[in-house]
Amino acid sequence: MTQPLLTLDQVGYDVDGKVLVDAVSLAFLPGSFTALVGPNGAGKSTLLGLAAGDLKPSRGEVRLRGEPVSQWRIRPLARERAVMPQDHSVRFAFTIEEVVAMGRLPHPPNPPADEAIVQQAIATVDLVGLAGRDVQSLSGGESARTAYARVLAQQTPVVLLDEPTAALDLAHQETLLRSARSLTRNGGCVIAVLHDLNLAAAYADRIVVLQRGRVVADGTPRATLTGERIAAVYGQPVTVIEHPTRPIPLVVTI
Amino acid sequence: MNTLASATPVTARHRRPPGAALVAAGIVVLLAVIVLSFGIGPLKVAPLDVVRILFGRFGLADTDGLAAREIAVIWNLRVPRALLGALVGASLALAGAGLQGLFGNPLADPGVVGVSQGAALGAVGAISLGVTAFGEWTIPLAAFAGGIATTSLIYLLARPGQGTGTVTLLLVGIAIGAGCSAIIGFFTYRASVTQLQSLVFWQMGSLASAGWPAVAAVLPAFLIGLVGMLLLATPLDMLALGERQAQHIGLDVRRTRALLVLVSALLVGAAVAFAGTVGFVGLVVPHLVRMLVGPRHRWLLPLAALVGATLIVVADTAARTLSPPSEIPLGLFSAALGAPFFLWLVLRQKPGGAR
Repeated sequence: MTQPLLTLDQVGYDVDGKVLVDAVSLAFLPGSFTALVGPNGAGKSTLLGLAAGDLKPSRGEVRLRGEPVSQWRIRPLARERAVMPQDHSVRFAFTIEEVVAMGRLPHPPNPPADEAIVQQAIATVDLVGLAGRDVQSLSGGESARTAYARVLAQQTPVVLLDEPTAALDLAHQETLLRSARSLTRNGGCVIAVLHDLNLAAAYADRIVVLQRGRVVADGTPRATLTGERIAAVYGQPVTVIEHPTRPIPLVVTI
Repeated sequence: MNTLASATPVTARHRRPPGAALVAAGIVVLLAVIVLSFGIGPLKVAPLDVVRILFGRFGLADTDGLAAREIAVIWNLRVPRALLGALVGASLALAGAGLQGLFGNPLADPGVVGVSQGAALGAVGAISLGVTAFGEWTIPLAAFAGGIATTSLIYLLARPGQGTGTVTLLLVGIAIGAGCSAIIGFFTYRASVTQLQSLVFWQMGSLASAGWPAVAAVLPAFLIGLVGMLLLATPLDMLALGERQAQHIGLDVRRTRALLVLVSALLVGAAVAFAGTVGFVGLVVPHLVRMLVGPRHRWLLPLAALVGATLIVVADTAARTLSPPSEIPLGLFSAALGAPFFLWLVLRQKPGGAR
């Protein structure tokens, strides 16, 4: 039995007496891609922040490799988990290359290898021609891809992505999630907040459905994305059909 | 994010100019400017004679045929004054770069956000209350304490990433600067005539009190500040991603913030203690250098220090020679140059963002 990389044990989080996340227990195994889905305000980003160690749980405990995240020192933690937040703004006119290279900072420096990793990450997100561009001049999608490349360059076993595809065009959504999916083949553990249920069904092997801070479903895409459940959670009637060419469910609104 | 960019194709990958070469050039220019400034003034001394006087001081050249008065003016007045100017300029530019990194805002400047006024208040308070507990170190220490107190206060009230932007930072800076100025005004009001003369100097900013003791008092603080700030170069780069993201890539943000407040306050304190409030150097210089070598602090910091030092030596030489026999206060000079630049920076800021 493989040990989970990341464990949430009865985790709860309150702000001003309002419960944002309640009694969430989840374990994330190496080699898994989990999508966190749910309506706006369900607590997805908060849960990701708790998993990242940004937020301190009000109740329960988040453990990375069996150790509470709060006990990890900051730099070793950055070698274990990378985070792509929703806000990708950079304060000064760094180039794409310079921002992506910051992903190497948690590791002991090794210039030739670092340079290769950075270039590889930039190529993965299709920004090679723009590598010298000032990040403050980029479009929303290009900024998001830069942030993802920085996460890739960090080369961590645990990768947390908060709506990574929100600003991306159709092709780059697929490229990014294919790349994230490929990380799991080397034992990586990817957790992504996704709004597009069909992207979640296509790339994740596990979907966790959140509603009002609680887990209401947890399992394979086929088991979790049922018409009744989606209608109940989102308040939007849908029908779930079979994808015409791939063996995955397809959610269509009615 | 703005909209105009994605359509523009980028033909060539732009490379940063070589930082090491620029630092070397900066050192040469600064040394040249300092040596030239020794000869300029009501008493003119030829550059070669200046060099002879300097070498003669260390027994490396003979100074026969040079008037004792020239030697005295240069060695006792102009040399310490230029060195103090260089230290003050470098300190302010470094502190400006550090504060801009700390606040994630290119408009942060020791004068604009009120740190200089805080340091001045510390110094004025020490003079006015007659505190002499630490001997010649009293005024620098008081300025340092005032600087730390105001930087911390500003940080608490206008910390980045909490929904507070440039506007909050500037408003808090105005409020704190005004508060400090009011207390300074009160001290000035109840000062004796002899105290008054040294107090007025704080509001103006001037290197007129320069002498070897001042250089000796500022130098250690500057060196500690310089080394401290250079050690924070990579953390400052990381902070540009935002505090949360900086933590994600392994930066101890809380410790870095505390160190930045300390080091910036030390540098501002060192500058303000002997030169009063010289504004805008900390704003203009890091900005210009960033346009030249990009935002990476590894080169930005040393270059900002060199450019700041050069700028103040030039400005002070102008300030003491343009209308002899009196002096134009240096602070008026720097404000006259800096204020339009600041306005330009504010106006070109994109709405809604701390850019």
